[in-house]
Amino acid sequence: MKELTYTVAAREALDEEMARDPRIFVMGEGIGKRGGNFNTTLGLYEKYGPLRLCDTPIAERGFIGLAVGAAMSGSIPVIDFMMVDFILDAMGEIINQMAKMQYMSSGRLRMPMVLRGCIGIGGAAATHHSGSYYSIFSNIPGLRVIVPTTPADVKGMFRTALRGNDPVIMLEHKNLLSNKGLVPEEDYTTPFGQARIARAGKHVTAVGVALTVQKCVQAAEVLAKQGIEVEVIDPRSTSPLDIATILQSVKKTGRLMIVDDAFEPCGFGAEVSAQVGVHGFDDLDAPIRRLSGAFAPTPYSPPLEQEIVPSVETITKALYDLVKE
Amino acid sequence: MEKDTGLLLYRNMLLIRMSEERLAQSRQAGLVHGACHTYVGEEAVATGVCAHLNQDDMVFSTHRGHGHALAKGVSPFEVMAELYGRETGCSHGRGGSMHLFKPEVGLMGTSGIVGPCILQAAGAGYTFKLLGKPNVAVAFFGDGASNNGAFHEGVNLAAIYKLPVLFICENNLYATEVPSSYSSGNPDIYQRAIGYGIPGVKVDGNDAWEMFLAAGEAVRRARAGEGPTLIEAKTYRTRAHSEGMRDVGYRTQEEVESWKARDPIKMLRDRLLRDHTADEDDIDNVHNDVTARVTDDHQRAADSPWPKGSDALSHVYFEGA
Repeated sequence: MKELTYTVAAREALDEEMARDPRIFVMGEGIGKRGGNFNTTLGLYEKYGPLRLCDTPIAERGFIGLAVGAAMSGSIPVIDFMMVDFILDAMGEIINQMAKMQYMSSGRLRMPMVLRGCIGIGGAAATHHSGSYYSIFSNIPGLRVIVPTTPADVKGMFRTALRGNDPVIMLEHKNLLSNKGLVPEEDYTTPFGQARIARAGKHVTAVGVALTVQKCVQAAEVLAKQGIEVEVIDPRSTSPLDIATILQSVKKTGRLMIVDDAFEPCGFGAEVSAQVGVHGFDDLDAPIRRLSGAFAPTPYSPPLEQEIVPSVETITKALYDLVKE
Repeated sequence: MEKDTGLLLYRNMLLIRMSEERLAQSRQAGLVHGACHTYVGEEAVATGVCAHLNQDDMVFSTHRGHGHALAKGVSPFEVMAELYGRETGCSHGRGGSMHLFKPEVGLMGTSGIVGPCILQAAGAGYTFKLLGKPNVAVAFFGDGASNNGAFHEGVNLAAIYKLPVLFICENNLYATEVPSSYSSGNPDIYQRAIGYGIPGVKVDGNDAWEMFLAAGEAVRRARAGEGPTLIEAKTYRTRAHSEGMRDVGYRTQEEVESWKARDPIKMLRDRLLRDHTADEDDIDNVHNDVTARVTDDHQRAADSPWPKGSDALSHVYFEGA
């Protein structure tokens, strides 16, 4: 094992897969010589050249649509989009073309491509640099939506994406990028649709997404001092969703809270609640609770910004209340 | 013009025309379950371009794509069976008129959304460049798509990366029923090429021979690594936007008749006879062959089995080679 940051672990996966497979190329703004706004491709231009580290104009619809055609014709594009907000201009290409292509072609075209970049509220980035949108993408058949939280997972899951045949949206919370963690030395992949138990517990189950997994673990550490053992689950991918691991945990704890930064209505928490309501109703000792981002655009000023996302404090209190319910 | 080339163009145009007329009848007879966007009047464009393409060159098309599919080598049987909703259709009944796929012959898909084909053709061009393949990609789209952002982004990307792509704008004067003279600041779409630093060519899209020559030069350029070309083919759709749709209120009968008088098939026939490239017997033979083919393909398509309902959920994701 070696210790790497999230960013470096992801870049290692990209580098190693690019060395292995000449069909992989990267497109994005400033990902060539500059090495990416978040150092996602640092040093790769020198190794692989301009055709495989392809700088683009600010034309997200254009280069994502181009990447769809590239995947259809036999290459493996990686779109490095910086902020998920930027690819909303390409929703037609993503939903109508990328996601539906395998189906429309009755399985004769493969769509190996990855759209990767940042999500999340924080750092006074304001509302055009703070989106998450995994619930929207997870509503679309044909897409894989992954939300890795640790350096080991981002490397293993990025590899799985680059070796697969489905279009993958890989969402990286910007506040996780500099986190360090142990990463295996050997060649490994991490499958989609298999949740990780981030912390074991027996009194209440907390399901987070991206940064809220970390916040739930921090809340669990606070509550442990009061004798409350929280089981924190990191789904790692929202589509496919590993509901079995969540159900198993609820069977043990009888209580469930879903915590995420994104908007609540028709969202990830609603989906988990509905599935647990159907398949785990008899195991529940209390109503399922959700703690989500406020139903509002993201404000800039720090006191406004911190008001709209779940914090370790609000999560701690909500979990405490749920256990006492 | 060589006889073989002239008769090939003639045959392929006639195959499209007779297939489309058969589909129009079939729609009236209830065999076509959804939309039916015919290519009648525009046959010279797809025919002239695809005559230069190899099987592994790739075509990306739009909602009016029957002609592109047939010109790229999808059989009338597979196109008709698709519109009849049958398992034997080129998309196994998943697509209908607007989603024709046969990647085995380089028909990479037609789309119900106008514009994406421009971007996807640029993407195939990128693959050819990345993997060092000698192929070209072609986007067929209409005047309607040329006013969509995908046109600007796609043509510009192909230009800056010098991709082996042909952008074939079929300007049939109407985006559904909205005139391009109304919706375009400059209705001469080929002139926009200047803004991207690539050649823009205006062609009489009803003249198969002119179309063939212009496409030949664009394909040569693409294969030689000289980058993309924008070709605007001025043409006209003489049937309704979609079969069964009310076709009045946006164009005059006189205008339709004036374009029917410039029927691309008749124009090529006249040229072949006038230049003594072919004689009446040659033309009659082509007619007999194509008539028999289309009749037979229609019957086989109409007799084909339906897909199984239980297959509706397959191929959402990759299912193995």
